[in-house]
Amino acid sequence: MTSETHTEARRRRMSVLARCNSNRLHELWDKLRLEPAHKTLRGPESGLIMLRGRIGGTGEPFNIGEATVTRASVKLEDGTVGHAIALGRDGAKARISALIDALCQTMEAAVLIDAELIAPISQELDCDDEKRRQQTAATRVDFFTMVRGED
Amino acid sequence: MYVAVKGGEAAIDNAHRLLADRRRGDRSVPTLGLDQIAEQFALSVDRVMSEGSLYDRRLAALAIKQARGDLIEAIFLVRAYRTTLPRFGHSEPVDTGAMQVERRISACFKDLPGGQLLGPTFDYTHRLLDDELDGDPAVEPGALRDGAAEPATQIADILGGEGLIEEDPLAPGEPGDINQTPMEFPLSRAMRLQSLSRGDEGFLLALGYSTQRGYARSHPFVGEIRIGEVEVEVFVPELGFAVPVGRVQLTECQMVNQFKGSAKTPPQFTRGYGLVFGQSERKAMAMSLCDRALRAEELGEDIVAPPQDQEFVISHCDNVQATGFVEHLKLPHYVDFQAELGLVRTMRAEYEATRNEDVEIREAAE
Repeated sequence: MTSETHTEARRRRMSVLARCNSNRLHELWDKLRLEPAHKTLRGPESGLIMLRGRIGGTGEPFNIGEATVTRASVKLEDGTVGHAIALGRDGAKARISALIDALCQTMEAAVLIDAELIAPISQELDCDDEKRRQQTAATRVDFFTMVRGED
Repeated sequence: MYVAVKGGEAAIDNAHRLLADRRRGDRSVPTLGLDQIAEQFALSVDRVMSEGSLYDRRLAALAIKQARGDLIEAIFLVRAYRTTLPRFGHSEPVDTGAMQVERRISACFKDLPGGQLLGPTFDYTHRLLDDELDGDPAVEPGALRDGAAEPATQIADILGGEGLIEEDPLAPGEPGDINQTPMEFPLSRAMRLQSLSRGDEGFLLALGYSTQRGYARSHPFVGEIRIGEVEVEVFVPELGFAVPVGRVQLTECQMVNQFKGSAKTPPQFTRGYGLVFGQSERKAMAMSLCDRALRAEELGEDIVAPPQDQEFVISHCDNVQATGFVEHLKLPHYVDFQAELGLVRTMRAEYEATRNEDVEIREAAE
């Protein structure tokens, strides 16, 4: 795996973990029975990040307001470090996400976790998105023109 | 002068106990769960997040419950809570163009790419009270419509080609933060937008309304309103790349305004911008009207009305500051009042004395 695709895979996993429902994550994580020995380097700790937008949607950045985030960093026995950060105040989710990030730096574990945990959650999230998109699409206005008079 | 006065502890304790009692209300009515507030009072939650300047649905729901539904009190609670948390940094600027759109309309173009998507709107309802909601009627899920996803083009991209609408080219920059620097006027547009985004909806609505009625006329059109979720990314130094941390729901309004041009700029449409947490198009629209009015100086327009005066607008749009200063008047001012009472008595005595003198002089003259 090149470092570029490695980073992309890591980002994609983090994106799925950040958005996933806490109960669902616990359920799939417990099923994997991995729970590796580790040290906590940081957190889980909650704090704020300032959310930024752009003037006019595309211009200079500006601050919109803050959001709560929770982050955690862990170190496995072999020295691999994992990080996690997600919106909200769910410490347990941050800890599991950091463990997953650390484990997935080994090819073998990554394949297992991607298949058993990331893929199903990702699919469910995509499914929700698609349902919302279709619900929105149903509210699309189809204009029609009334022909009046005779030519 | 401030003089320490003691007493009232028991009264205060009992007042708070009574507040808790009244908040709970009739015990035979089930207590409200935070999920119920977050799900069924979603737009109140959005307002509290927006004006509390903190995106966290559950905290906003808790604040609404604790404040007995008083939204400004809830906003105050959220603002206070914010100060207890450390700041980890800032996000990358969100890309509203890539929004997962739940509603998107334009009043300028009927057939814009992506279409007019009404979404869950109050528009076109008849505003008749629905007796059925007194109970718990079964509710159908939203209808579905198949078909390929079509990206919703942003308004500037439609007219931008002709150069008829002002563009906001991608720019770097470190925006000032009104939370971390004292406010000094004139403020940059970035700092004004931060302040407006958490400003009081009612205040901004009234000011925006006044611009339509002729105070700082700006001929607005809704170029586009979009509501939906955007991805948030935070750069994590330990990793060396930006990490997606989840999504937030935003409402964006692009107001398009006629502009006759100036010495430097040809006639074109200019834009006012609104971007707020949650689903709140009234607030986003009002914000964009105020943003455009506040650009008067930049665009070489005469400053003739309050909405164009940034010190007036920005200093008064924060409802936590406003409520703090207005409501502090009810706190004990016994000593101040005694001092003023003494002063008014003296002035009154002087007034009476002069009047008596005048009468005596007039009588003497007669």
